[in-house]
Amino acid sequence: MKLTSFLTGAAMALGLATSALAQDITKVGFIYVGPIGDGGWTYEHDKGRLAVEEAFGDKVETVYQESVPEGADASRAITQMALQGADLIFTTSFGYMDATVGVASKFPDVKFEHATGYKTAPNVSVYSARFYEGRAVQGHIAGKMTETNIIGYIASFPIPEVIRGINSAYIHAKRVNPDVQFKVIWAYTWFNPAKEADAATALIEQGADVILQHTDSTAPQAAAEKAENVITFGQASDMSEYAPHPRVSSIIDNWAPYYIARTQAVMDGSWESVNTWDGIREGMVGIGEITDAVPADVKAEALAMKDAMAAGEYHPFTGPLKKQDGSDWLAEGEVADDGTLAGMNFYVEGLEGDIPQ
Amino acid sequence: MLKLEKRPQPSRSWTYLTPLLAVVITMIVGGALFSLMGNNPVEVIRTIFWDPLFGEFAFYYRPQMLVKGAPLILIAIGLSLGFRAGIWNIGAEGQYIIGAITGAAVGLAFYPMESWIIFPLMVLAGALGGWAWAMIPAILKTRFGTNEILVSLMLVYVAEQLLAKMALGALKNPDGFGFPGSRNFQQYPSGHNAEIIAGSGMHWGVVAAFIAVIFAYVLLNRHILGYHIRLTGQAPRAARFAGVRPTRLILFCLGASGALAGLAGMFEVSGPAGQINIDFNVGYGFTAIIVAFLGRLHPVGILLAGLLMALTYIGGEIAQSNLGLPAAAIQMFQGMLLFFLLAVDLLTNYRIRLAKAEAA
Amino acid sequence: MDLSSINPTLLLASLLVAATPILIAAIGELVAERSGVLNLGVEGMMITGAICGFIIAVETGSPLLGFIAAAIGGALLSMLFALLTLFALANQVASGLALTLFGLGVSALMGQGYVGIKPPPTPKLDIPLLSDLPFFGPVLFSHDLMVYFGIALVAAVWAMLKYTRAGLILRAVGENHDAAHALGYKVVRVRLMAIGFGGACAGLGGAYISLVRVPQWTEGMTAGAGWIALALVVFASWKAGRVLLGAWLFGGITVLQLNLQAAGVAIPVEYLSMSPYLITILVLVIMSSDRSRAPASLGRIFHASG
Repeated sequence: MKLTSFLTGAAMALGLATSALAQDITKVGFIYVGPIGDGGWTYEHDKGRLAVEEAFGDKVETVYQESVPEGADASRAITQMALQGADLIFTTSFGYMDATVGVASKFPDVKFEHATGYKTAPNVSVYSARFYEGRAVQGHIAGKMTETNIIGYIASFPIPEVIRGINSAYIHAKRVNPDVQFKVIWAYTWFNPAKEADAATALIEQGADVILQHTDSTAPQAAAEKAENVITFGQASDMSEYAPHPRVSSIIDNWAPYYIARTQAVMDGSWESVNTWDGIREGMVGIGEITDAVPADVKAEALAMKDAMAAGEYHPFTGPLKKQDGSDWLAEGEVADDGTLAGMNFYVEGLEGDIPQ
Repeated sequence: MLKLEKRPQPSRSWTYLTPLLAVVITMIVGGALFSLMGNNPVEVIRTIFWDPLFGEFAFYYRPQMLVKGAPLILIAIGLSLGFRAGIWNIGAEGQYIIGAITGAAVGLAFYPMESWIIFPLMVLAGALGGWAWAMIPAILKTRFGTNEILVSLMLVYVAEQLLAKMALGALKNPDGFGFPGSRNFQQYPSGHNAEIIAGSGMHWGVVAAFIAVIFAYVLLNRHILGYHIRLTGQAPRAARFAGVRPTRLILFCLGASGALAGLAGMFEVSGPAGQINIDFNVGYGFTAIIVAFLGRLHPVGILLAGLLMALTYIGGEIAQSNLGLPAAAIQMFQGMLLFFLLAVDLLTNYRIRLAKAEAA
Repeated sequence: MDLSSINPTLLLASLLVAATPILIAAIGELVAERSGVLNLGVEGMMITGAICGFIIAVETGSPLLGFIAAAIGGALLSMLFALLTLFALANQVASGLALTLFGLGVSALMGQGYVGIKPPPTPKLDIPLLSDLPFFGPVLFSHDLMVYFGIALVAAVWAMLKYTRAGLILRAVGENHDAAHALGYKVVRVRLMAIGFGGACAGLGGAYISLVRVPQWTEGMTAGAGWIALALVVFASWKAGRVLLGAWLFGGITVLQLNLQAAGVAIPVEYLSMSPYLITILVLVIMSSDRSRAPASLGRIFHASG
């Protein structure tokens, strides 16, 4: 990139100019993949942004851009924020990975934080959440509560994060209910309410009385509500408008503590490139209120599991576990390493069907 | 009361004045809207139209206009040929996707070999891919009389599924830890559609867009095929008497627009976007339809319309992040600009007269 | 793989629901196109109807008022299109696309305070005896009223086009606007009404998604349903009855492919997801031996120069 030196020079010139003007104000930028009104993924990131404003008041200025497509448009949006004097930029979708790293190389003085990716640089951190911990709790409740022994799962795309979620939920459902069967529909979308509603309906019609979802709209909740004897879990957001039934609990993405901590680090000058993968313990993954639709003993077990994970005493992927083809994966007591989990591309033993390739 | 009277010839002066008029009206109405939403209208309008061109960071935004405008222009030029002849390819988005897939596939097949021949082969593959995808509606139309609007549109959804399949399967980066998405061409010099002059935004796709504009201009004004296209659009019966063979024309128009859309996809994936991904396509194929009509289906008009669309995109993005305007407000503003551009075109082709009351 | 887990009764019942929004939007667009107007703004009108209906239903607590508001909202937006194409004589294809862009923006702005709210439920038909019939009950007699309204609308449009004088005038305007004008028909007025009808139907279709099918409000929630509705009109070769068939076919395959997936059929997911589109193309090719064609004046600008 020969553009580098040119842009860097310009950026530095500008950096000097703005820092002279507004010495105490830290500017934090956010790049969103969807509209803030999606009620799920982007909505929660924006709540994190508002929390940053709340925490620092006048000392911080936040800017954002929503519905930024991945690819060339992302590069431009990120560059633009850096040019306009942002000190810290959060790029909140996996598809922004290469764009973030590319732009970061041109603005060495700006700090970048990329969500759910794996490429770091001296001024690029990555962060993600261990959603599979929440899935373990879901799986436990689902296994206990299903009467048809069929659990429907609306998956988005066959990527490691989603596969991890299916495995984690399945392991914990199977542990409390050996007869349980998972039916997975790959919706090939993160967000398409009509399609999600159809998928949920199809699963319910085939006997599922628990619906787990890895897509972001509340459409499956509504479908379950219509069907009456079906329970669901909120995804990304609490979806509490469907509590106490069908939504009996939820996984909540809580980015606020991380965003506040990282902004603070930039203010203090203590920011360093890190690779963060936080879970229930750090508060990045939250378990939404378990409603009274869940029997008290099941609720107590679920909360105990949550506490064990929060205390670091229990890992959802603890052996003995086998892969779907029957080969050994984890020995008795062995815990999966983060590398395998990050790139997970196989089902565990007992799940039916193939992962689309 | 007002009465419209058709001009014998489209007015030359109005042809040039109407776009300006439309922009001015949009600024006024849009400004009123923004001030209703609690923004300073002057500041918003300046951010959208002025800052990308002459603002503090124009050195970065001006090249970006080429990057954003080139695929729009390239696709719109191809579409305009068919539109002139009454052949409706609505599925350029699909051809764009397939061109990107085939172009990228050829490039990735050679990875990590370095050779000057790879990029030209990718260009060829991209054009062929788009062409082949457009041949499906073309052949169905010529063989069975199937409506090309529907087939080309449906094939967009099919192409999107193929794209997801490729990003998750065959073209997935083997070093990507199982994440979706192909290797990045920006890190593969032989397959990278790099800027020809650094910092200028000029990549090969921009060059191709300019060539396409010139080529289309010559074709339409100097070549018998261009004459046939225009004749078929204006007077289909006369065209048949003049010896135009509809089948060949359909194959040519759909093929050309498909190949250009495929090229646009290939240049995008190997350059600015860098990789095949699930959400690689961002609607250039649909926006290009608007660009084609805004440019009055004229090559030079399309060039200008493409750049104007790019300007509003980039200016809109700046307004979003600097002024905190929601993306929806920008989208609405763009819609308004299009409405006014289309509406004022009336003045080019018609005269507005005050008619006597009894005549009505 | 366990095909027995697919319940044909429930499949047919959900087919009717899945087909309803595209059916209503498509029948409106069919009327507009029969009058010679190609309005590509269906997606924009649908999403505008979706939010108008949602807001009114939430504020008043009445789904019925919501649907009425949705029809009005869609019709109002379509009047913008009418203004452009009928009075400013602008190109219809470009105007329709601009309308979609505008509608997506407007709806997102309007809906900013309505994310994450549940609308009041739309009541379902529950006829004591009929709804309890073993097969026909769930399939035919246990839906919300809009499902029946959609089918009735198709029948009404079919009868109107075929048997009434209004239908005759509409078709005349669509086939040859100059001749219709010469015969003294008000071409612009007819088209204005047809566009408005199309807009109202699109709005209803959109509201069905936001009030019944999903039901919630999110930006861009129609997710391409408007384009499918447009395709259905072409698919139906501008015949009302075939719109019904097309919508059921498309809705049916959409629902069926999800059911096949859930049943674990060993067909790759991508191919199942493509299937509604591919089968639509295939059926269209088979039907293209039928020589019925588009209204002759479709997409052409009318200006009474006389």
